[in-house]
Amino acid sequence: MGTIGATLLRAGRRFVSSLPALFGVLVFTFLLMRVLPGDPAVFFASGPNAGKEEIEVIRRQLGLDKPLPNQLAIYLYDVGRGNLGRSMMTGQAVAKDLKERLPASLELTLTALLIALVTAVPLGVLAALRPGSLVDHGVRLFCSLGVCVPTFVSGLLLIYVFYYLLGFAPDPTGRIDIFATLPPSRTGFLIIDFLLAGDLDGWWAAARQLMLPALTMALFVIAPLARITRASMLVSLGSDFVRTARSVGLSWWRIVVTYALRNAILPVITIAGIVFSTMLGANVLVEKVFSWPGVASYALDALLVSDYAPVQGFVLLMATIFVIVNLLVDVLYGIADPRATVA
Amino acid sequence: MIGSESTQPLLEVENLKVTFSTRRGLVEAVRGVSLSLQPGEMLGLVGESGSGKSVTGFAITHLLDRAGHITEGLIRFKGQDITRAGGADLRSLHGAAMAMIFQNPRAALNPIRTVGQQIADAILAHRRLSRAEAQAEALSLLKAVQIRDPERRMGAYPHELSGGMCQRVMIAVAISCNPSLLIADEPTTGLDVTTQKVVMDLLARIAADRGMATILITHDLGLAARYCARVVVMEQGRLVEEAEPLTLFHRPQHPYTRRLVAASPTATSRIEDLVPDGERIPLVAVTELPPPHGTPLLLDVKAVSKRFDDGTVGVADFSMTMRGGESVGLVGESGSGKSTTSRMICRLIDASAGEILFDGQSIGQIPARDFHRSELRRDIQIVFQDPNDSLNPRYTAFDCIAHPLLRLMNMRSGDKLRQRVEECADRVGLPRELLSRFPHQLSGGQKARVGIARAIACKPRLLVLDEPTAALDVSVQAVVLQLLNKLRREDNLAFLFVSHDLNVVRMMCDRTIVLRTGVIVEQGESRALFANPQTDYTRELVDAVPHIAPAPA
Amino acid sequence: MSTIETSSTLRHTAFVLRGNPVTAIAAAGALLLALLAISAPWLTPYDPIASEVSAALQPPSAAHWFGTDQLGRDVLSRLIVASRLDLTIAVTAVAVSFALGSVVGALCGYAGGRLDNAVGRFVDVLMAFPLFVLAMAMVAALGNRVENIVIATAIINLPFYIRFARAEVNIRRNLGWVEAARACGESHVAVVLRFLLPNVLPAMAVQMSLNLGWAILNAAGLSFIGLGVKPPTPEWGIMVAEGARFISTGRWWLVAFPGLALMSAVLCFNLLGDGLRDILDPRMRT
Repeated sequence: MGTIGATLLRAGRRFVSSLPALFGVLVFTFLLMRVLPGDPAVFFASGPNAGKEEIEVIRRQLGLDKPLPNQLAIYLYDVGRGNLGRSMMTGQAVAKDLKERLPASLELTLTALLIALVTAVPLGVLAALRPGSLVDHGVRLFCSLGVCVPTFVSGLLLIYVFYYLLGFAPDPTGRIDIFATLPPSRTGFLIIDFLLAGDLDGWWAAARQLMLPALTMALFVIAPLARITRASMLVSLGSDFVRTARSVGLSWWRIVVTYALRNAILPVITIAGIVFSTMLGANVLVEKVFSWPGVASYALDALLVSDYAPVQGFVLLMATIFVIVNLLVDVLYGIADPRATVA
Repeated sequence: MIGSESTQPLLEVENLKVTFSTRRGLVEAVRGVSLSLQPGEMLGLVGESGSGKSVTGFAITHLLDRAGHITEGLIRFKGQDITRAGGADLRSLHGAAMAMIFQNPRAALNPIRTVGQQIADAILAHRRLSRAEAQAEALSLLKAVQIRDPERRMGAYPHELSGGMCQRVMIAVAISCNPSLLIADEPTTGLDVTTQKVVMDLLARIAADRGMATILITHDLGLAARYCARVVVMEQGRLVEEAEPLTLFHRPQHPYTRRLVAASPTATSRIEDLVPDGERIPLVAVTELPPPHGTPLLLDVKAVSKRFDDGTVGVADFSMTMRGGESVGLVGESGSGKSTTSRMICRLIDASAGEILFDGQSIGQIPARDFHRSELRRDIQIVFQDPNDSLNPRYTAFDCIAHPLLRLMNMRSGDKLRQRVEECADRVGLPRELLSRFPHQLSGGQKARVGIARAIACKPRLLVLDEPTAALDVSVQAVVLQLLNKLRREDNLAFLFVSHDLNVVRMMCDRTIVLRTGVIVEQGESRALFANPQTDYTRELVDAVPHIAPAPA
Repeated sequence: MSTIETSSTLRHTAFVLRGNPVTAIAAAGALLLALLAISAPWLTPYDPIASEVSAALQPPSAAHWFGTDQLGRDVLSRLIVASRLDLTIAVTAVAVSFALGSVVGALCGYAGGRLDNAVGRFVDVLMAFPLFVLAMAMVAALGNRVENIVIATAIINLPFYIRFARAEVNIRRNLGWVEAARACGESHVAVVLRFLLPNVLPAMAVQMSLNLGWAILNAAGLSFIGLGVKPPTPEWGIMVAEGARFISTGRWWLVAFPGLALMSAVLCFNLLGDGLRDILDPRMRT
């Protein structure tokens, strides 16, 4: 159908228009490498104990004695080949390290996003349907408080309550007990891999481990999502076209869902992209609090021992993910709003 | 009541009162309105802003927003009391028995649903049909409202249709379940005059064909007169007069109606007639002689065009001349390029090509960016359309009027400035005690006066008026037009009067230029041009203006 | 004219605050916080730095209202002193990005064209990063110092001000009163700086208040992961980080009180921002 074609066209066009930003991101991370204390040549050496001569050789190999634009070209070429340098800390290629740890981070972030959306949208809709009611006040209070509690504090307090006081949650370190047998990795997402392997006990253990960090992160973003849902739903319900829908006697359900909510969800989609960005940032804090073995805690550990290649790789990875997410959000928006495909 | 029908009225409203709860307490918007409507009748409900006419309509259909409540009175529909109807009763009334057509058709349609689906939604709300049957029915409705290429339009979204088409779709939605009462709330406001006529003709015919009674809510007395058998006039929540259009126009009883009728410009009215005798501004006795042909032109625009950055052409090859003290009208529908032209002449934007001479000096060559330093800046001033956003919200009325004096006349703050500003305020009839107020503390008419005072403060020679009264009620418009006319005569000002309202232009301007999509269609002496248009387009424009039939001799 | 305007604004504000107690409380809270930060050295019951190992990890008591940390330092005293650093960082960062962002954004919104495109690209690049990650990278690159936290926080706030000022100016640039100012003989630059910017400022104040809270969270987050401020300097984020080691053993006060301090500071600024928005535009109530 035409709409699919239009959506694809739009996605393609958006991708092209996000290329300059992506290029800017690469230049930025390149500059980051130049400014970061430490010698880039060391990243690419065999390890921290590489001799001076070896580093000199590498320096020439990498073209670090050449002018900046040339170096940028070399950097872009390396990134293009998936070469992000070598971590001194692990002794492995950064790209490989990141690839191993990325599923853990994504599992956490996506679970949190799912929890947040499933909670926030109904809350926002409920509040908007009865403005000034007790539900509305409750949601607004929750929204006001929710954005004020930093994730690292709420995470620690959740640990205190659910682990220390109630003993309900498991030891808040890592994704899974280190002695547990892992399922064969297919998606890299433990809760999916366990299910695929049919190991329900393992699944429960992984899910319990995931619960607190995901909840921590979700709590932080429920507030902005619920708030925008409520606001846009209020606008939608007060709009002329909902009045039209009432004037011809459509049913309550049709008015609220087909007319009001489907329009109100548009700004929520936009905000969800921004929320995802905050979540990628909050990932750093949450992974630290729960010793979650994801990309952020990897970068953080590296940062603390002045191992900069992983940090640079991490920043690049986060920006790339965010660009992709924005693209996705845009395509979704294009599907949800016929007006968007025109522009 | 007129006539002596014995049939039961379709709708009876008795002593209706509607109150809104606002932040400043309760506001009574409708204060005891009674009216009745026979089946198939078309009733005009006329009033200016704040008269409560729309609120009355919304109260009858129970579509008031949360803040509004019916506090008193009775609404009877087909003999049944529906004043307090709610829930299922209301849903079966809505659409099936009474439907509404709204002012802003594009906003009134769901932006993310195709028009076919929306019409089908309305059908399915009251009839047990399958989706496919409803779609087929929707298609026949689109045909009934005469949308071109209806099969293709079924899948169109509102943003893909023009304003006039959206209003047709809205009509299709409203009539989808054959209601016996239609309430049209300013259905053509905001549409171009030619579209307005087409939509109103369609609405009137459909209502007549299907025997639907219609209440036409409008601010335009002429429009109501043209289409309705009976007109009621509302003022400040009250019904002041009810009559047949002819009676209303030629023998208005209530003082307010009299004022309103006088203020509504017709094909023959003169500026002096717009305001009742008592409030008429005495005109300076100037014998209006056409300027001798030897005098130099005040404004000479030669083949000016404007191409925008995105490649679209706003104005193409526009030429005109003006002499001192002359008044020229620039008429056109939306998108005709009339505002762009006026801003180029004002030197607020640059022309892409062409030459503008003012008093013999070339001003087209001075970039708009630097024109503020020109000696001629004070000679060309402008009055803007919407009085609401033509004044800096952080400036008092005094500051607004003083601004050009400070910048262009190099005056300093002090007694002299104050004196000068007060003079200007006096000339436009703005009470001096209002000078310390901010725009949000002034009424629309007062804001318009401040805008005019600012424009004439430096005694310009050319005043560009960009739809100066388009946002005002007719009674305020009448006073403002009189004021402008007076100022023009006193200062021998030249007017470039930009407007979509032919009646106003005819009264205000010696000559008129008709623009369409950036090109001059026709120009000539105003009276002659409107009395005997030479091009089809001008004729179409002239015919579309709702006029009141001339008085029976 | 300006005196009339000021006094009427003041009266209006007082009137609104009376009908809007939450905003009044938030404003009082923000004021209190500022006073606390200014007079911190005279308010602390104990030395915030000196350790007293014999009194380590004591729960809240009459002597130590908020308990003591692993080195026996008084949590309350450290909290009070920390307010100085946290507020200074947030206020400076927000002030810098506001001053820069509003002017640049306003010029872009008015002029459009090449300048607007270039700035737009720059903003796009900044916004392509998750902002906390960007701040982290910048502090790591520039060096682990407090000034760099301020710079990083200012830079990640910049896009919001630029976009906000740009949008607000853009919707106003074709209004009658802006064109009228030009017809009254004002240059483009004067129109932007003397007419448009003052009209946009009130809305920007809302943004500033909301951003202050965000900047506090951001700075605390950075020091929580070990960037910027170093122990033993009292700072809310660091205090939480240090307390984190003891949460699994039930020493809640080490996390809860700094957390509460962070939360109430952010809450004050957020509520104040919301309240300001109500005062400026009752229609924008959400």
